[in-house]
Amino acid sequence: MQAVGVMAPGQSAWVPRLLIGVAVGLTLLIVVAPLVYIFARAFGEGWQVYAANLMHPATRNAIWLTTITALIVVPVNIAFGIAAAWAVARFRFPGRGLLVTAIEIPFSISPIIAGICYLLLYGRQGLLGPWLQANDLQVMFALPGIVLVTMFVTAPFVAREVLPLMQAQGSEQETAAVTLGASGWQIFTRVTLPNIRWALLYGAVLCTARAVGEFGGVSVVSGNIRGQTNTLPLHVELLFNDLNATGAFAAASVLTLLALVALVVKAVLEGRRAA
Amino acid sequence: MKNGLIRAAVLAASLGAAAPVAAQDSLLNVSYDISRELFEALNPVFAAKWKADTGRDLTIDQSHGGSSRQARAILEGLAADVVTFNQETDIDVLAEGGLLAADWREKLPNGASPYYSLPAFLVRAGNPKNIQDWSDLAREDVAPIFPNPKTSGNARYTYLAAYAYGLEQNGGDHAKAQEFVKAILSSVPVFDTGGRAATQTFAERELGDVLVTFEAETGGIAKEYADKGFERITPSLSLFAAFPAAVVTANAEKKGSTEVATAYLEWLYTPEAQDILAQNFYRVNDAEVSAKYAADFPEVRLVTVDEVFGGWDAIRKDHLADGAILDQVFVNQ
Amino acid sequence: MTTAAAPVRAKRVLPGFTLSLGTTLLYLTVIILIPVLALVLKGAEIGPARFWAIVSSPRAVAAFQVTLIAAAIATAFNAIYGLLMAWVLVRYEFFGKRVLDALMDVPFALPTAVAGLSLTALFSANGWIGAWLEPQGISIVYTIWGIALAMAFTSVPFVVRTVQPVLEDLDPGYEQAARTLGASELAIFTRVVFPQILPAWLAGCTIAFARSLGEFGAIVFIAGNLPFKTEIAALLAFIRLEEFDYNGAAAIALVLLFFALVLLLVSNRLQAWAARHRGV
Repeated sequence: MQAVGVMAPGQSAWVPRLLIGVAVGLTLLIVVAPLVYIFARAFGEGWQVYAANLMHPATRNAIWLTTITALIVVPVNIAFGIAAAWAVARFRFPGRGLLVTAIEIPFSISPIIAGICYLLLYGRQGLLGPWLQANDLQVMFALPGIVLVTMFVTAPFVAREVLPLMQAQGSEQETAAVTLGASGWQIFTRVTLPNIRWALLYGAVLCTARAVGEFGGVSVVSGNIRGQTNTLPLHVELLFNDLNATGAFAAASVLTLLALVALVVKAVLEGRRAA
Repeated sequence: MKNGLIRAAVLAASLGAAAPVAAQDSLLNVSYDISRELFEALNPVFAAKWKADTGRDLTIDQSHGGSSRQARAILEGLAADVVTFNQETDIDVLAEGGLLAADWREKLPNGASPYYSLPAFLVRAGNPKNIQDWSDLAREDVAPIFPNPKTSGNARYTYLAAYAYGLEQNGGDHAKAQEFVKAILSSVPVFDTGGRAATQTFAERELGDVLVTFEAETGGIAKEYADKGFERITPSLSLFAAFPAAVVTANAEKKGSTEVATAYLEWLYTPEAQDILAQNFYRVNDAEVSAKYAADFPEVRLVTVDEVFGGWDAIRKDHLADGAILDQVFVNQ
Repeated sequence: MTTAAAPVRAKRVLPGFTLSLGTTLLYLTVIILIPVLALVLKGAEIGPARFWAIVSSPRAVAAFQVTLIAAAIATAFNAIYGLLMAWVLVRYEFFGKRVLDALMDVPFALPTAVAGLSLTALFSANGWIGAWLEPQGISIVYTIWGIALAMAFTSVPFVVRTVQPVLEDLDPGYEQAARTLGASELAIFTRVVFPQILPAWLAGCTIAFARSLGEFGAIVFIAGNLPFKTEIAALLAFIRLEEFDYNGAAAIALVLLFFALVLLLVSNRLQAWAARHRGV
């Protein structure tokens, strides 16, 4: 490991080496070891067991449910993120600061609380319970509940990335486009979107990672029906409680792979954004 | 012309083949935590029988969790067709919520309990702490493992069985029985919310000296972890634990699954199902099946909730209500 | 902020104000505000006396304490580890630096339940690291240290990612000046560098702390749910829910909500301060 102090040529070499050594050591211990361990345990009983665990109908269903949830949640949050960023970055109106704070709420709230909020609202004994019951609508313990809670938890992700960029870029280009007679849609697709595309994608990647991994909130509203309303993170816990640790780690390895893919995409996007 | 005939024949054949596929039944069985393996064994057998009897396909979905937690989920809208619980009070709660009739116990034989079990012990290989009976659980050097009596029906039975034992040892002195139960509860290091999580704590995490759970679980776990050499211990006295089942009529009627739901629960009483139950270490009422598996079920003196506590209503009032006996003795809750 | 004035001019020029603000408000209202309002209403229904009784009960107080202490430990760890990582990643060139940089985002992308499962198995008595720690008499899993570990893991990126850009933008002139004046490296760091990154560092620590308070998925696996000792507030709310005790769950959830909102305001203030500090 060759350490080079960029800013301090006169500095003795052991300080950077020591700092890098400690940094790498700690990262190996708390970040890398858990990652490696997941795969070690998932493949601990061989490829066949791993494949069998993943091909199990309940696991496949959990993968499918998680995918569906992400496919609904992420586009909706992209639309919301763009709308929020457009409103906040391009216009002045009273309560703008409050709006920005409101968007950030889910980011700091425990997902469990999100789940409890939804249960108190949509549960059979909740505020809307009687109405839902009368109209035969099932929200809790079904896909809508899972999707709604996931939307809550991931709401800020796209807006957080796009908003600062749009604020920094300013609106000269768009204003110019208006004076040239462009329609709103044309301005958006030809001017705004190309400017924010990388931030948008970046936010979408983060949003996807979070939506796929959501656990606390979903565990309140899911009902844990094996093969029905069990998302992949919940399925990890369920398999673990089935005394099937290898199966749990196999399911966890799928989520880990997704996370790693998200990180690679993110790194590529960061390169693009910087360019 | 010939071509058209063939096409018609193919069409007819495919229609004929498609018709039974359309006849699809489904059930959601919401159950307690440790019945995972049990229903995984039972459900395919019933589905095959249902197909043979009616020609209809049946898929049975399962949800497992602490019994009271599951009851709450159903009250909040989890669309269970049938419940198979380990706790009568949890079905009573559903009755109070208007999801099924209050007389659900009369709908099926044996008070709607197709099988039963009892709180029993599982100790580590060689029983190093020599744990034989409830009194050993109160010893200072013994750390028992069982779930939270507030969320787990399983643990509620453990609590009540220990209480019954304490009463008997102290000639019916409630104060002493409460001291006894308090001593046991205070030495439990971890209260998981469900029976299976407690099993994990004992078997995988290797915490505690003795796992107190249903005999069905001790049998299954001893088998599952044969390499760890866990030993089953049956205490001198235990509590008869009914495992009640009921059709959640409000949900089943809405979905049109009443017929299959009823058939499913009635089938649990047949020798075919009782055999599978006994294989999973549940005690059954079928005389022949009981005799066949007698070796798996040691003699034990069983008392009932009605004999010792005067029924579940009394238990809810005296023991489980806010600030009642459980709250007083469960000081580390 | 040269563009700060632009929106004013653009107000009547650019289209889509009603559409974008309408969409934003509708979504915020339906997805966030109404559900949170349901919780607040439930809390109001409890009444102040009962509410206080619930949140000041010994077990609830213990749960809040455990949560706060563990979050403080986790934040203290990340305050140092995050600062170290930011420093190392910005100031030094070495083999594997880009990988190390990318690894900082792992806790953000990895589902918390997966992290919890893995950390628990890794640090339990028969896991890779636990097998090595346990003979020294150090147990992590099922203690408050396990909770702090899970919180530290899930909040790793926050300090690093807030300090890193500030450190990158730092004007090297001051440091060079200090160096020519003969200041030691330590003095340069504490007197010159640190004051400049302080606002960002504090903002990062605040977000890490807020995130730690709310963490659930990773902790349920590792905590052991021992009331009074290793039970966090979010878990207690969950348990109260399972016990049919809706008031108890709502009251505890409201307290957590309050903490979260306060921390959100604090971190927003700090970030604004950090932005002014950087002169952006």
